[in-house]
Amino acid sequence: MQLEYFQLVDRVATLDLKAGKVECLAQVPETSTIFEGHFPDHPILPGVLLVESMAQTSGFMLLALEDFKRLPFLIQIESAKLRTFVVPGEKLRVTGTLVHQGSGYAVTKGEIFREDKSIAGAELRFRIMPFPTEGLQARVRERAEEVGLGEAVG
Amino acid sequence: MPDSTTTESTFDAVADIIAETSSIERDKITMQSHTINDLGIDSLDFLDITFAIDKRFGIKMPVEQWMEDVNEGRASADEFFVMSNLVAKIDELIAAKA
Repeated sequence: MQLEYFQLVDRVATLDLKAGKVECLAQVPETSTIFEGHFPDHPILPGVLLVESMAQTSGFMLLALEDFKRLPFLIQIESAKLRTFVVPGEKLRVTGTLVHQGSGYAVTKGEIFREDKSIAGAELRFRIMPFPTEGLQARVRERAEEVGLGEAVG
Repeated sequence: MPDSTTTESTFDAVADIIAETSSIERDKITMQSHTINDLGIDSLDFLDITFAIDKRFGIKMPVEQWMEDVNEGRASADEFFVMSNLVAKIDELIAAKA
Protein backbone atom coordinates (compact mmCIF):
# COMPACT_ATOMS: atom_id res chain seq x y z
CA MET A 1 0.00 0.00 0.00
CA GLN A 2 1.11 3.54 -0.72
CA LEU A 3 -1.41 5.40 1.35
CA GLU A 4 -0.43 8.90 0.24
CA TYR A 5 -1.00 7.90 -3.40
CA PHE A 6 -4.21 6.08 -2.55
CA GLN A 7 -2.74 2.86 -3.88
CA LEU A 8 -4.29 0.35 -1.52
CA VAL A 9 -3.40 -2.94 -3.12
CA ASP A 10 0.10 -4.14 -4.00
CA ARG A 11 -0.57 -7.12 -6.22
CA VAL A 12 -3.42 -8.88 -7.99
CA ALA A 13 -2.78 -12.49 -7.01
CA THR A 14 -5.59 -14.23 -8.87
CA LEU A 15 -8.35 -13.13 -11.18
CA ASP A 16 -11.03 -15.43 -12.56
CA LEU A 17 -13.22 -13.42 -14.90
CA LYS A 18 -15.55 -16.33 -15.61
CA ALA A 19 -16.28 -16.92 -11.94
CA GLY A 20 -16.19 -13.19 -11.15
CA LYS A 21 -13.55 -13.52 -8.46
CA VAL A 22 -10.40 -11.56 -7.69
CA GLU A 23 -7.84 -11.70 -4.90
CA CYS A 24 -5.29 -9.01 -4.12
CA LEU A 25 -2.44 -8.73 -1.64
CA ALA A 26 -1.84 -5.60 0.39
CA GLN A 27 0.70 -4.80 3.04
CA VAL A 28 0.04 -1.90 5.36
CA PRO A 29 3.14 0.33 5.47
CA GLU A 30 5.13 0.60 8.68
CA THR A 31 5.10 4.38 8.48
CA SER A 32 2.80 6.97 6.94
CA THR A 33 1.82 10.55 7.70
CA ILE A 34 -1.71 9.21 8.08
CA PHE A 35 -0.67 7.31 11.20
CA GLU A 36 0.56 10.54 12.78
CA GLY A 37 -3.05 11.68 13.06
CA HIS A 38 -4.92 8.36 13.08
CA PHE A 39 -4.13 8.12 15.90
CA PRO A 40 -1.29 9.79 17.82
CA ASP A 41 0.48 7.03 19.77
CA HIS A 42 -2.05 4.47 18.51
CA PRO A 43 -1.58 4.02 14.73
CA ILE A 44 -4.38 2.13 12.98
CA LEU A 45 -5.39 2.04 9.33
CA PRO A 46 -8.53 4.18 8.85
CA GLY A 47 -11.63 2.12 8.11
CA VAL A 48 -12.40 4.16 5.00
CA LEU A 49 -9.08 2.95 3.57
CA LEU A 50 -10.05 -0.66 4.26
CA VAL A 51 -13.23 -0.02 2.31
CA GLU A 52 -11.20 1.64 -0.45
CA SER A 53 -8.89 -1.38 -0.64
CA MET A 54 -11.97 -3.58 -1.23
CA ALA A 55 -13.20 -1.11 -3.85
CA GLN A 56 -9.84 -1.09 -5.66
CA THR A 57 -9.70 -4.89 -5.60
CA SER A 58 -13.17 -5.21 -7.13
CA GLY A 59 -12.30 -2.30 -9.40
CA PHE A 60 -9.43 -4.21 -11.02
CA MET A 61 -11.77 -7.10 -11.77
CA LEU A 62 -14.39 -4.77 -13.24
CA LEU A 63 -11.75 -3.00 -15.35
CA ALA A 64 -10.71 -6.35 -16.79
CA LEU A 65 -14.34 -7.33 -17.39
CA GLU A 66 -14.79 -4.03 -19.24
CA ASP A 67 -11.55 -4.64 -21.17
CA PHE A 68 -10.29 -1.27 -19.89
CA LYS A 69 -12.81 0.57 -22.04
CA ARG A 70 -14.74 1.99 -19.08
CA LEU A 71 -13.93 2.83 -15.50
CA PRO A 72 -15.82 1.71 -12.38
CA PHE A 73 -16.55 4.49 -9.89
CA LEU A 74 -17.52 3.57 -6.33
CA ILE A 75 -20.96 5.04 -5.62
CA GLN A 76 -22.40 3.04 -2.75
CA ILE A 77 -21.22 1.03 0.23
CA GLU A 78 -23.70 -1.31 1.87
CA SER A 79 -23.41 -3.22 5.11
CA ALA A 80 -19.76 -2.44 5.72
CA LYS A 81 -18.28 -4.29 8.67
CA LEU A 82 -14.86 -3.44 10.10
CA ARG A 83 -14.31 -6.12 12.69
CA THR A 84 -10.89 -5.34 14.06
CA PHE A 85 -8.06 -2.81 14.13
CA VAL A 86 -5.51 -3.04 11.34
CA VAL A 87 -2.06 -1.81 12.32
CA PRO A 88 1.15 -0.82 10.47
CA GLY A 89 3.01 -3.71 8.85
CA GLU A 90 0.09 -6.13 8.57
CA LYS A 91 -0.28 -8.31 5.51
CA LEU A 92 -3.80 -8.50 4.15
CA ARG A 93 -5.61 -10.51 1.51
CA VAL A 94 -8.44 -8.61 -0.16
CA THR A 95 -11.06 -10.37 -2.25
CA GLY A 96 -13.84 -9.29 -4.56
CA THR A 97 -16.76 -11.35 -5.87
CA LEU A 98 -19.06 -10.19 -8.63
CA VAL A 99 -22.65 -10.19 -7.37
CA HIS A 100 -24.33 -8.63 -10.40
CA GLN A 101 -23.23 -7.00 -13.62
CA GLY A 102 -26.01 -4.64 -14.63
CA SER A 103 -26.44 -2.10 -17.38
CA GLY A 104 -23.97 0.65 -16.51
CA TYR A 105 -23.41 -0.58 -12.99
CA ALA A 106 -21.98 -3.50 -11.07
CA VAL A 107 -22.35 -4.89 -7.56
CA THR A 108 -19.59 -6.79 -5.78
CA LYS A 109 -18.90 -8.25 -2.37
CA GLY A 110 -15.58 -7.26 -0.89
CA GLU A 111 -13.81 -8.97 1.96
CA ILE A 112 -10.48 -8.56 3.76
CA PHE A 113 -8.64 -11.40 5.44
CA ARG A 114 -5.81 -11.52 7.96
CA GLU A 115 -4.43 -14.98 7.28
CA ASP A 116 -7.69 -16.96 6.99
CA LYS A 117 -9.81 -14.79 9.24
CA SER A 118 -12.27 -12.34 7.70
CA ILE A 119 -11.71 -8.96 9.31
CA ALA A 120 -13.82 -6.67 7.11
CA GLY A 121 -16.48 -6.87 4.45
CA ALA A 122 -18.94 -4.79 2.45
CA GLU A 123 -21.22 -4.87 -0.53
CA LEU A 124 -19.98 -2.34 -3.06
CA ARG A 125 -21.80 -0.73 -5.94
CA PHE A 126 -20.09 0.89 -8.89
CA ARG A 127 -21.24 3.00 -11.76
CA ILE A 128 -19.42 2.00 -14.93
CA MET A 129 -18.59 5.05 -17.02
CA PRO A 130 -16.38 6.03 -19.95
CA PHE A 131 -12.91 7.24 -18.95
CA PRO A 132 -13.14 11.00 -18.46
CA THR A 133 -9.71 11.52 -20.09
CA GLU A 134 -7.32 9.49 -22.22
CA GLY A 135 -4.56 10.34 -19.77
CA LEU A 136 -6.42 8.66 -16.94
CA GLN A 137 -7.13 5.63 -19.11
CA ALA A 138 -3.41 5.29 -19.90
CA ARG A 139 -2.45 5.71 -16.23
CA VAL A 140 -4.98 3.12 -15.10
CA ARG A 141 -3.58 0.64 -17.63
CA GLU A 142 -0.07 1.33 -16.32
CA ARG A 143 -1.22 0.82 -12.75
CA ALA A 144 -2.91 -2.45 -13.70
CA GLU A 145 0.39 -3.65 -15.17
CA GLU A 146 2.26 -2.57 -12.04
CA VAL A 147 0.01 -4.74 -9.86
CA GLY A 148 0.23 -7.69 -12.26
CA LEU A 149 -3.38 -7.72 -13.43
CA GLY A 150 -2.56 -9.30 -16.80
CA GLU A 151 -0.51 -12.13 -15.27
CA ALA A 152 -3.20 -12.84 -12.68
CA VAL A 153 -5.95 -13.67 -15.17
CA GLY A 154 -6.71 -17.36 -14.81
CA MET B 1 -48.13 -8.19 -24.87
CA PRO B 2 -48.02 -9.40 -21.28
CA ASP B 3 -51.36 -10.33 -19.77
CA SER B 4 -52.92 -8.00 -17.23
CA THR B 5 -52.34 -10.43 -14.33
CA THR B 6 -48.62 -10.42 -14.99
CA THR B 7 -48.58 -6.64 -15.37
CA GLU B 8 -50.42 -6.14 -12.09
CA SER B 9 -48.11 -8.38 -10.13
CA THR B 10 -45.07 -6.81 -11.79
CA PHE B 11 -46.44 -3.36 -10.94
CA ASP B 12 -46.96 -4.37 -7.30
CA ALA B 13 -43.44 -5.77 -7.04
CA VAL B 14 -41.86 -2.71 -8.67
CA ALA B 15 -43.93 -0.28 -6.59
CA ASP B 16 -42.92 -2.14 -3.41
CA ILE B 17 -39.27 -1.91 -4.42
CA ILE B 18 -39.55 1.82 -5.15
CA ALA B 19 -41.36 2.51 -1.88
CA GLU B 20 -38.78 0.58 0.11
CA THR B 21 -35.74 1.95 -1.70
CA SER B 22 -36.73 5.59 -2.00
CA SER B 23 -38.90 6.11 1.10
CA ILE B 24 -41.87 7.05 -1.07
CA GLU B 25 -45.33 6.27 0.27
CA ARG B 26 -46.56 3.15 -1.50
CA ASP B 27 -50.03 4.65 -2.08
CA LYS B 28 -48.54 7.52 -4.08
CA ILE B 29 -47.16 5.16 -6.71
CA THR B 30 -49.61 4.53 -9.56
CA MET B 31 -49.41 3.18 -13.09
CA GLN B 32 -49.37 6.80 -14.28
CA SER B 33 -46.50 7.94 -12.03
CA HIS B 34 -43.37 9.20 -13.75
CA THR B 35 -40.57 7.73 -11.66
CA ILE B 36 -38.34 10.81 -12.06
CA ASN B 37 -40.72 13.76 -12.56
CA ASP B 38 -43.53 12.68 -10.20
CA LEU B 39 -41.78 10.47 -7.66
CA GLY B 40 -38.52 12.46 -7.66
CA ILE B 41 -36.28 9.41 -7.77
CA ASP B 42 -32.66 10.48 -8.27
CA SER B 43 -30.05 8.60 -10.25
CA LEU B 44 -28.50 6.82 -7.25
CA ASP B 45 -31.88 5.63 -5.99
CA PHE B 46 -32.79 4.60 -9.52
CA LEU B 47 -29.67 2.45 -9.60
CA ASP B 48 -30.78 0.80 -6.34
CA ILE B 49 -34.19 0.19 -7.85
CA THR B 50 -32.65 -1.19 -11.04
CA PHE B 51 -30.51 -3.60 -9.03
CA ALA B 52 -33.50 -4.72 -6.95
CA ILE B 53 -35.61 -5.25 -10.11
CA ASP B 54 -32.78 -7.10 -11.90
CA LYS B 55 -32.42 -9.39 -8.87
CA ARG B 56 -36.15 -9.85 -8.28
CA PHE B 57 -36.91 -10.89 -11.86
CA GLY B 58 -33.54 -12.32 -12.94
CA ILE B 59 -33.22 -9.82 -15.77
CA LYS B 60 -30.85 -7.04 -16.83
CA MET B 61 -32.76 -3.85 -17.53
CA PRO B 62 -30.93 -2.16 -20.42
CA VAL B 63 -31.00 1.25 -18.77
CA GLU B 64 -27.90 2.47 -20.61
CA GLN B 65 -29.58 1.75 -23.94
CA TRP B 66 -32.76 3.47 -22.78
CA MET B 67 -30.83 6.57 -21.73
CA GLU B 68 -28.97 6.60 -25.03
CA ASP B 69 -32.29 6.39 -26.90
CA VAL B 70 -33.63 9.31 -24.88
CA ASN B 71 -30.47 11.42 -25.21
CA GLU B 72 -30.31 10.87 -28.96
CA GLY B 73 -34.00 11.67 -29.49
CA ARG B 74 -35.02 8.17 -30.56
CA ALA B 75 -37.44 7.87 -27.64
CA SER B 76 -39.04 10.03 -24.98
CA ALA B 77 -38.20 9.51 -21.32
CA ASP B 78 -41.88 8.71 -20.71
CA GLU B 79 -41.51 5.51 -22.73
CA PHE B 80 -39.25 4.07 -20.05
CA PHE B 81 -39.91 5.98 -16.86
CA VAL B 82 -43.70 6.19 -16.59
CA MET B 83 -44.65 3.24 -14.38
CA SER B 84 -47.04 1.58 -16.86
CA ASN B 85 -44.34 1.67 -19.56
CA LEU B 86 -41.58 0.58 -17.19
CA VAL B 87 -43.68 -2.36 -16.05
CA ALA B 88 -44.43 -3.32 -19.68
CA LYS B 89 -40.69 -3.22 -20.48
CA ILE B 90 -39.94 -5.42 -17.47
CA ASP B 91 -42.67 -7.89 -18.54
CA GLU B 92 -41.09 -8.01 -22.01
CA LEU B 93 -37.69 -8.79 -20.50
CA ILE B 94 -39.20 -11.50 -18.27
CA ALA B 95 -40.99 -13.03 -21.29
CA ALA B 96 -37.80 -12.92 -23.40
CA LYS B 97 -35.94 -14.78 -20.66
CA ALA B 98 -38.50 -17.61 -20.51
